Amino acid sequence: MDLSVFGIESTTMVVTAALTAVTLVAGALIIAFLVGPRSYTDMKGEPYECGIPTRGESMAQFHVGYYLFAILFLMFDVETVFLFPWATLCRELGSGALLAVGTFLVILVLGLAYAWKKGALRWK
Amino acid sequence: MFDLSSVTGWIHGWLSGIMPSWLATTTECVLVALFLLIAYSVLAMIYIMYERWVCGWIQCRRGPIRVGPGGSLQIFADVFKILTKEIITLWSTDKFLFFLAPFLVVLASVLTFACLPWGKGFQVIDFNIGVFFIIAVSSIGVLGILLAGWSSNSKYTLIGAMRSGAQMISYELSVGISILTVVCLAGTMSITGLVEAQADGWFLFKGHLPAVVAFIIYIIAANAENNRGPFDLPEAEHELTAGYHTEYSGIHYGLFYLAEYLNLFVVSGIASLLFLGGWMPLHIPGWEGFNAVMDYIPSTLWFLGKAFFMTFIFMWIRWSFPRVRIDQMLALEWRYLMPIGLVNLVVMAVVVTQGWYF
Repeated sequence: MDLSVFGIESTTMVVTAALTAVTLVAGALIIAFLVGPRSYTDMKGEPYECGIPTRGESMAQFHVGYYLFAILFLMFDVETVFLFPWATLCRELGSGALLAVGTFLVILVLGLAYAWKKGALRWK
Repeated sequence: MFDLSSVTGWIHGWLSGIMPSWLATTTECVLVALFLLIAYSVLAMIYIMYERWVCGWIQCRRGPIRVGPGGSLQIFADVFKILTKEIITLWSTDKFLFFLAPFLVVLASVLTFACLPWGKGFQVIDFNIGVFFIIAVSSIGVLGILLAGWSSNSKYTLIGAMRSGAQMISYELSVGISILTVVCLAGTMSITGLVEAQADGWFLFKGHLPAVVAFIIYIIAANAENNRGPFDLPEAEHELTAGYHTEYSGIHYGLFYLAEYLNLFVVSGIASLLFLGGWMPLHIPGWEGFNAVMDYIPSTLWFLGKAFFMTFIFMWIRWSFPRVRIDQMLALEWRYLMPIGLVNLVVMAVVVTQGWYF
């Protein structure tokens, strides 16, 4: 049981906070729709460009320069998730667990070093 | 020290006396939602003014001075102006995703906002995996930004969103690792637990060198995750106009702006929670009189004071350093912050298992 303010369960509070966010955005948009001016012209619907019409489709294939970074991110993010339970109990588990986690980290860092050496960490 | 749970307990008792329990719970949820809504809006306004004043002061300008005494009413004029502007949607946008994006961005910032330790006995979301929950929900914001850039169907927004995505996912790792370092020292992930563990000394002072290193890494990484300071590449205005929110207008754009400033408050709040003791007053061992005086200051003031102080540091960094290039930004994270953070985590684990902290 994770009780929060008023002794209500935290899960209920997450829902409350999420609804608050939705209300805030929806409220602001509705107010703006009601009081804002409206006008329609052809040019207004064009995407922003530096003075000339946009050439081609903007939702096109795009060179994602950080594809490799995304993969590395996934690796290290999952690693962080694995480490959280150990970190919480670090004091009780003692040096044995530290050794195990150290081995785990060394293997991961070897992976990072390999990616580094291969030039994956260079922005292209 | 004043404990807010006595007030909430009294309200709870009074409400349960006059209405059935489900209605009482609903009323209390509405009260909390109202608090969140008001605190969110008011803090955003304060922060926008705060930034403009600090920026003016650092750049030897005067900042806003015309509207109201000392320019203090400027923000109301801005809010009113932005609310009465037309919301433009382009003919080529993906309408559903275009409208969904600000919801996701604000949702992420409100959920992390609700996790902050507001004061003694006043904690809106309090899981036993508190900081983990914060990391999890703050990732929703990246989705919102990527969607905003993609659905606008403009080349500037697309490039801005892609850069923003690369930056936010990279620096999220360093934020995670520095939080992990603190969790290692505290032995708990719950936010109340983290604050209470700092009653006899803040983690910044308790954890020797590793805590200080984690603090510095956190400041750099949080700055970058917020797309602020020297890391504001996603909105580099001379090359990308306004980055991922180029095509948003009026309050639609204002919501992104709001979330950005609230995220600044949230990262300052998390920094004060993790390293500066949350709402705990400053205690110096052996100085009884000093400690007693410090105890008189309400806990909410302590928390807000620390958050504002951290914000000042973030603003100081923002207005002092020139913008970095994208390859420098990624090299800083992957070649320096990440390896240093991992080594720092191991050092902290050794310190904790050997009992070298106090």
